[in-house]
Amino acid sequence: MSEVEKSTDTTYGEYPDADGHFGIYGGRFVSETLMAAVTELDESYARLKSDPDFLAEFDRDLAHYVGRPSPLYFAERLTQDLGGAQIYLKREDLNHTGAHKVNNTIGQALLAKHSGKKRVIAETGAGQHGVATATVAARMGMECVVYMGEEDVRRQALNVYRMKLLGAEVVSVTSGSRTLKDAMNEAMRDWVTNVDNTFYIIGTVAGPHPYPMLVRDFQCVIGREARRQCLEQTGKLPDALVACVGGGSNAIGLFHPFLEDEGVAIYGVEAGGDGVETGRHAAPLNAGLPGVLHGNRTYLMSDEDGQIIETHSVSAGLDYPGVGPEHSWLRDTGRASYVAVNDDEALAAFRKLTRIEGIMPALESSHAVAYLEKLAPSMSKEQIIVVNLSGRGDKDILTVADIDGIKV
Amino acid sequence: MSRIASCLQALADANKKALVPYIVCGDPSVEATLAAMHAMVGKGASIIELGVPFSDPMAEGPVIQKGHERALVHHVSLRMTLDLVAQFREQDNQTPVVLMGYTNPIERMGYATFADHASEAGVDGVLTVDLPAEEAGDLHRELQRVGIDNIFLLAPTTTGERAQRICAMATGYLYYVSLKGVTGAGHLDIEDVKSKVAEYKQYTDLPFCVGFGIKDADSAKQIASLAEGAVVGSVLVDKMAAVSDSGATAESAVDDVASLLGEMREAIDSL
Repeated sequence: MSEVEKSTDTTYGEYPDADGHFGIYGGRFVSETLMAAVTELDESYARLKSDPDFLAEFDRDLAHYVGRPSPLYFAERLTQDLGGAQIYLKREDLNHTGAHKVNNTIGQALLAKHSGKKRVIAETGAGQHGVATATVAARMGMECVVYMGEEDVRRQALNVYRMKLLGAEVVSVTSGSRTLKDAMNEAMRDWVTNVDNTFYIIGTVAGPHPYPMLVRDFQCVIGREARRQCLEQTGKLPDALVACVGGGSNAIGLFHPFLEDEGVAIYGVEAGGDGVETGRHAAPLNAGLPGVLHGNRTYLMSDEDGQIIETHSVSAGLDYPGVGPEHSWLRDTGRASYVAVNDDEALAAFRKLTRIEGIMPALESSHAVAYLEKLAPSMSKEQIIVVNLSGRGDKDILTVADIDGIKV
Repeated sequence: MSRIASCLQALADANKKALVPYIVCGDPSVEATLAAMHAMVGKGASIIELGVPFSDPMAEGPVIQKGHERALVHHVSLRMTLDLVAQFREQDNQTPVVLMGYTNPIERMGYATFADHASEAGVDGVLTVDLPAEEAGDLHRELQRVGIDNIFLLAPTTTGERAQRICAMATGYLYYVSLKGVTGAGHLDIEDVKSKVAEYKQYTDLPFCVGFGIKDADSAKQIASLAEGAVVGSVLVDKMAAVSDSGATAESAVDDVASLLGEMREAIDSL
């Protein structure tokens, strides 16, 4: 191991603890009926994660089905435009199905297969995780049911049809605010009812332990590749990492392999919606408080009575009132900084990257790109920023056209 | 002895079973809930479980979810639920009241503040659906400090090892969830309930109340025969729904709830 690769003696890699805690965050806050299922998942994952055959199968699928490794691309024109640090894009948008989500669904579908479960369920907001789940279910011949808020079904009609073509049943959820959080409630209700034959493929680093850990582990391929590629291409580690944070799976995937590299600054970018000061946003790490939802303790957007409040973001994938517990912990320990970018800034970044690099980012990833407007000019030209381009923007074309007042 | 313990002891001494109705506080209004509580006691309710409205009631089926949503239209909160219990206590200092809800509203209030307020209001037990024994330590200590019983769920999927741990922590009674699923779901497998309750009883001397899936007097009677009590929820919440669904008055919904409870009490007492 070269000098630059050597880690410091901090121990981020040892978290969560055996009960799934990252400091006060994480844990297992589920009803009694599900405790056996999450415990069983924990045990089977503990066994499989050190099983060379399982890992080889995962790596093979990532290489030949997903198309990994994804490139680390030097965005020369964006770098010139911003006039500061050199910007490298980790191209998760080039993965099969167009986003980082598939890294995790491949991993969890393999867990389902090894657990003998023939039916998988998932929640989805924008539909990317639903598509990634339906895709791996089609490939493995599994029954697939995807829960999606009625409001999101309407907003993301293309992804709904895509999931149906892949053979999934899409259930429109009409309870609560009819968005991602309600889809997750409904998926939990399905799981508690069909716990004997069903594997719940959670799409982000949230939920009861072991989900935040295992989704992170599957997504860490992003950061491991980026670390290696950055060393190969530039001879040094990056000075800063930037990724958007909704639930936070793409971000933790990039961040985690760098946590013990003290010289690497880490920035998570939340959805500021109309502006954090307006209250109409999806930025719990910026403006929320610790609480309990969907199986874990984490920063949440809830009112003074403890009711979860509705979130607002132009990006359906970031429109979630909670965040993965490891991010809450990294926020409190100060290892990572969490900032917010508003809808209009994200839209401007969507347009800029499309026009000057020929890369159309997902609106989620556009939040990370938008933060470069502040970060890159504040750094020197010798410094390096790695940005996770977590998904491609094709799915968002209709949303952007709608904002432009154009009927496609 | 706590109100719950003495209530269940008195029933046992009289060779009777507990009938435990559940309704959601503030569904459709706090006044209606108060009227329903008194009416249910009048028809033979032994202990009242009061649902604390939450925006994301993950363990509930559609019927009780809608009850939570109806209460939240008027922003009925944990604080208002505690106020309601205090109001109930003005006329009824006998019937135990158990709050059944989710962790987040309690965390937001703060465990110690909640325990103090609940104790002052006259709450006897707390059942936090998404707070399993492994995570319940801090709240448990606060509840113990003020003498409120901590009610835990046991499920068909609970392993023997965990059942022991839960039984060691629980006070008041154990709530056995009779089926895999959400509240109001499926049909009951009486034999399965029987064998599971018998299995878990080896770990504790506490009474068992069984819920989930009790729809009428017959199923209440069957369940009550297997344990110390039967919990009935969705079918009552469904009757309260008539106020918003078909324009019934709160008075007639409360009457319907009370009369169904009366039928259940009669069936149970015929055991």
